[in-house]
Parts: sequence; structure tokens; C-alpha cells
Amino acid sequence: MRSKECVAMILAGGQGSRLGALTKKLAKPAVPFGGKYRIIDFPLSNCYNSGIDTVGVLTQYQPLALHSYIGIGSAWDLDRRNGGVYVLPPYVREKSGEWYKGTADAIYQNFNFIEMFNPEYVLILSGDHIYKMDYSLMLDYHKTKQADVTIAVIEVPWEEAGRFGIMNTAAEDCIVEFEEKPKNPKNNLASMGIYVFSWPALRAYLAADAADTSSSHDFGKNVIPRMLAGGERLYAYRFSGYWKDVGTVESFWEANMDLLSDEPTLNLYDPSWRIYSVSPAQPPHFVADTAQIICSMITEGCQIHGQVENSVLFPGVYVGAGARVKDSIIMPYTTIGANAVINKAIIGRKSVIEAGAQIGTDEITEQEATRWFSGITLIGDNLTITSETKIKRNALLARS
Amino acid sequence: MKNVMGLINLHESHDLLREITKNRPLAAIPFGGRYRLIDFVLSNFINSGITNVGILSAGNSRSLMDHIRSGKEWDLARKRDGLFILPSLQTDNVQGAFPKDLVDFFNNLDYIRSSRQRYVLLSGSRAVCNINYEAAFRFHQEKNADITILYKEYSDTDVRQMTGATLLETTSDGRIVDMEICPVSARSNKLSLAMYLMERSLFVDLIDASVARGGTNLARDCFLKNLENLRIYGFPFQGYLAQINSVQDYFSHSMALLTPAVWQELFFSNGSIYTKVKDAAPAKYQQDAQVRSSLVANGSVIAGKVENSILFRGAKIHKDARITNSIIMQNGEVGPGAIIENVICDKDVKITAGKRLKGELNHPIVITKGTVI
Repeated sequence: MRSKECVAMILAGGQGSRLGALTKKLAKPAVPFGGKYRIIDFPLSNCYNSGIDTVGVLTQYQPLALHSYIGIGSAWDLDRRNGGVYVLPPYVREKSGEWYKGTADAIYQNFNFIEMFNPEYVLILSGDHIYKMDYSLMLDYHKTKQADVTIAVIEVPWEEAGRFGIMNTAAEDCIVEFEEKPKNPKNNLASMGIYVFSWPALRAYLAADAADTSSSHDFGKNVIPRMLAGGERLYAYRFSGYWKDVGTVESFWEANMDLLSDEPTLNLYDPSWRIYSVSPAQPPHFVADTAQIICSMITEGCQIHGQVENSVLFPGVYVGAGARVKDSIIMPYTTIGANAVINKAIIGRKSVIEAGAQIGTDEITEQEATRWFSGITLIGDNLTITSETKIKRNALLARS
Repeated sequence: MKNVMGLINLHESHDLLREITKNRPLAAIPFGGRYRLIDFVLSNFINSGITNVGILSAGNSRSLMDHIRSGKEWDLARKRDGLFILPSLQTDNVQGAFPKDLVDFFNNLDYIRSSRQRYVLLSGSRAVCNINYEAAFRFHQEKNADITILYKEYSDTDVRQMTGATLLETTSDGRIVDMEICPVSARSNKLSLAMYLMERSLFVDLIDASVARGGTNLARDCFLKNLENLRIYGFPFQGYLAQINSVQDYFSHSMALLTPAVWQELFFSNGSIYTKVKDAAPAKYQQDAQVRSSLVANGSVIAGKVENSILFRGAKIHKDARITNSIIMQNGEVGPGAIIENVICDKDVKITAGKRLKGELNHPIVITKGTVI
């Protein structure tokens, strides 16, 4: 193999259990998003658009869907002769094998993969964030600062800072302190979970971390603090665009809704920075003369006879006449029968909502809905909600 | 069907398609919001199990080659068989009822000769349908036919309205006894799909023999002239057919896609129709969008009013614009307050703010690729 300047590693093994029914049979990065994408399309497309052509995708939980989706990477133009995309599941070595114990361990277990390309830099990414970012600019920054580690940071609202890994910086954004989920945050620069490491430095610290039995082998908890303590050069790279961790049902729903304003912060229509995806072979969607659609995203293969407002519809969704879909996300090949009403819900793949069924339509004030719970109703995959059934707000229905 | 090779003949006359075929062959005409005509025949071949496909190129084929490239989208980028481009030695665009396709078949005879399949299925690209060739193949064998030509039967009145069509006359058992190529007033009512099935060795012999006797046109010199010598049968195709001969055909068949049953049959009945992927985001309906009875492809952004229309990938309809009975091809843009009716906007056409354009249902206005109005 010709050596590569930078190899990207996408951490895509997590279950994302807080997404509930959405990740029962899917790893979080494989969850559908934005009408035609899956979450992992974002880091993969960012890699391609940033000119990074060598990408390892570390999988673990429910890997089949993710492996078959990524395939040889042709959807992201990552089917390269030298480099390209590699799916890296945990494997058994000479003596024994084990699951990835933490983010740092996952990289350490794929030491050979990285060495194969003999890179100068390793870019570590998460497979579960929605954003567009030019990693080559971050790499340039890393080189200019002659850093050992560069961590992408974003300013978050002060009241939410306690949920993140917070970087405390000195002059020129040199990182002096790292606090994981601090109770009293000293600033609001949150880590985006995007790291550029100089490979020689990372290699040494990963080996030390692997030998440390007390470590939980996590970048944020162990490796970064140890590098900080070891006097390495750590810099924060400020990012100001749209970025969202879609780790919970609420944030997943919000990130989808964020796309629906007339001028969304995350522009998916910019031809110079496309988000690539595996496209199904579906014809343009059909809008009947009884249909009414506003503030929504609708993909090819859909048939709309009813009302759709402020919603995201994936391929092959059928909305019957007189049906009303509002503030909702409808996953691929789901049928909404005539006169059914769907309000603030996420409906799983290939489910059938029969005629007249009502989901999330019970009357409670928005304040009540959000005080104790999200107010989002979640219906899993392959379910049939029979005619005239009423499902209350915030319910969760899924096959066991 | 794995014993059948496919040949797509792009020597198709397109005089009646005016501006739409100014810079592209008929096969590359955009259709149905995201496809080009050739997608249908390629997908039908693949869905029927045909994996060796030769495309007999003609005229200005740059846009077609750009569309097809390696054939990967149709699963035709293969180690063995797959997609073959058979270049044409003629540079002129195809015109008239009798294109000189035989000489190009003759010049590419080595490919046809050396293919591994026993049968060959020829097709043009103007017959848009979703067909599985299995039944026609069985028919061909049952009839012990030398050649089988696919056709669709129409009523006499429908046939009279067709221009530039080729029609067949058959006996009660299906044998073709007459064939009219682009008649002014048709006598038969069976529309040829220009799809021909026969043994490969017979096809090679027919080309050789016809060219040796000064033949230039496949339909006339290989089939029409051999109606008595060979057992040529007609296989009736029962499904939906959109044959594109003229601008009027193009317009009315596009509008027919707005009938859910037609949409369903053409895009789903015997398998998916594949095309070059453009990676556009889902269509976006903004606050003031009002869309009825329309087909909308991905990448479109709609803020205006759209009725009875087809929006191709990347169409942008601004606020207060009104589109009725129109076709907006790829990356078309209709500015704020513009009103268009019965208009076909080719690729990259931009209608600026406030403009009004109105064609007639039986004579839509066609706006050439890239025009800014």
C-alpha cells in the first residue's frame, strides 16, 4: 500500500440504546435520517468531500445492516484501488478475541489496519453525528499548530455544557484542561468527538493505555487526559456550523425537524458539499390532487393523497386520502391509511397504520407534553396499527 | 433468458421531437422526472436476466455516454459480458424513416458473432414500458418462429393519430404478413415496438445477406423484405406502452404518468427502473408550497404552486410561481411570480421573475436546454 497522509476511523459500533425502538435491530449509525440518508452518511460524505479516501469503519453492535449498507463504499466513491472504505468488526486473534472495550481500545485493536497505510495523521470520528465539516481545514490547523492532538469543539449553550466533554483553553486555543461532563463548567467549548492525532504520538499513548488494566480505554476519559498530563500539544479547533449528536429520540426528532425550515442551517442542497447515500431505485414521488404538503421533505417512491405538514417522509411511504401527518418522521415503505391522523410521531419501517387510526392525537398541553416526557410517540418497524386504534402521546410500541 | 443477448439500436429517427433531440439522441431524452428513455430498455433487459448488452451508437452520443458510463447502475459493469458500446462510423444525426443502421451493425459484426448467447433481442429506446421478456421468448419457441416482433394492438382511431409509427398486420395465428414503416395513413393497427427476437446466427446471416445486396435499413431490408421467406411472428404486448415519436407524444405520455395506475405499472410492475444516481436530497416543500397532481423528483425545492406537472431532479420553483401542465427538466428554475402553462423546459432552463409563458395542450412550447428567459 502507498502510504497515506491521513486515515479516518469512524466509530460506528454503538447500540445507541437511548434511541429505543429505532436501534433494536440497527446500530445507531445505520438509523435512517433526513428522508433518504442514514446517520453514517454524514461522516462518510464529509470524508469524501474533504479528500480523505481511506476510511476504517469500526462496527460491533448489529453489524449486518451497516456492513451491507456500506458494501464496498461505492455510494461515497470510496471504492478505491489504494485505500477506500474498510469495515472493521472485532475479531479473534491468536490467543483470544474480545469486543471493543472503549473508543481507544477499538482503535488499538485495529493498529495493523492503520499501520498498513503508515499515515502521519489519524482522524477519529463518531458515526452518530449530523453535520457538514471540511476535515482538511482541521488537518491544516493541526499542522500549523504543530499539535499532537487537535479536538474539534463547538460552543454549546451554557446550561447544556454539563452534558459534554468541556475543553478549557489558554491563549491560541491551546487546551489546558479537559473535563468530562463537569458540574460547574468553566466555559462552553464542547468536544464534538472529532480528533486529529499525529499517529506517532497516538501510537505510543494507545499502547500505554492498552497495558493499563485500570483504564476504561476511552479517548475522552483516559487517553486525552493522559496526553494532557504528559505535556503533549493539544489544541481546540473551533467549529461553528450545524452539529447535532442524535443520541436520543428527542434530539433525533429535532435534528430531522431542523431540516424543514425554509432556510435550514444544515443545507442539504449545496452541490459543492453533497451528502451521499445508497439510493433506492424509486420513481419521483406522486402527489395526488387531494394532497396538501407544506414544510416537509418527501423522497422518491412516495405516494401522497392526504395532508403532510412539517414532516419527513422516507422512500416508498404511502399517505392515504384524508390522512393527516404532522410533525412526524415516517420511515421507509410505511403505509398510512385513509383518514389516519399522525401527530408528532416516529413511525418505523414497513409499518401499516390502518385507515382511521390515531397516533399522538390526545389533547394535552404542549407544556404537559414536554414537562415529564418528550411528547414524541414512537412506533417500531413492521407493526400494524389497526383501524380506529388510538395511541396516546409519548407511547412506545415495538416488537419484543 | 440467460441465453439471450440484448442489442439496443440507437439509429432511431427523431425528426418530430424538434428541440428535445437537438443535442442528444432519442435514447437520452429525459423522461419521468429522473430517467432517460434508454433506462427503460436497459432495466427491462436486466430485470429479464439479460446480462450481455451491446449499444449500437448513433449521431451525437456524448450525453448518452455520460449517462451510461460503465453500466454500473444497471449492474452491467461485469467481468464477463456486461455492457458494450458499438461505435458508429456515421457522425450525422439520425433522420428520416429509414436510418442507415445496417452498415453499423455490419461494422460491429465481430462482437455479435463472438457473443456466447444463442439468441439476440433487439430493441430501440422509444418504446417506454416495463416488460419481462420471458413470455415473448416462450412464444418465440412455441411458434417455432424465425423472428418474433413485439407489438401492441390499438384501436383504428388511435392508430390514425399516430405519426412516424411502424405497424404490423398478422394472421389469426400471429404470423406477420405485412409491415408498414412510417405510413402517412396506416392500414393496420398493431404498433411495432421495434423489439425483435431471433437466433443470433440468423441475425448475423440477415445482416450479411442484406448488406451484400445494398441494404441499409434493418427493419426494411432484413425484416420487411423477408416476410415471405421467414417465419416472422408478432407477440402482443399487453402492458402499458408509451411510444415516443413526437413532441406531442412526449408531452402526453409524460402527463399520463400522473395517473397512479400508470405510474405504478411503468415503475414497479416487472421490476425497478434503474438510472444514474444524482445524490440529491429529498424534495423540499416550503411554507407556501401548493402542489397537486404532480410528480416530483429529489433535489427539488418548491415554494410556489405546481399543478399537473413533472419536476425533474433539482427543479427550483420560487414563491408565487405557478406551473401548470408543464415539464421542468433537471435543474430548471422558475422565478418568483412567473407563470407557465403547457411548457416543456429542457435541462437548466431558467424562467426569471414575473415571466408568463403559455403553450397549448396540443402544442406545448419547448424551451431549449440552458435558455434563460
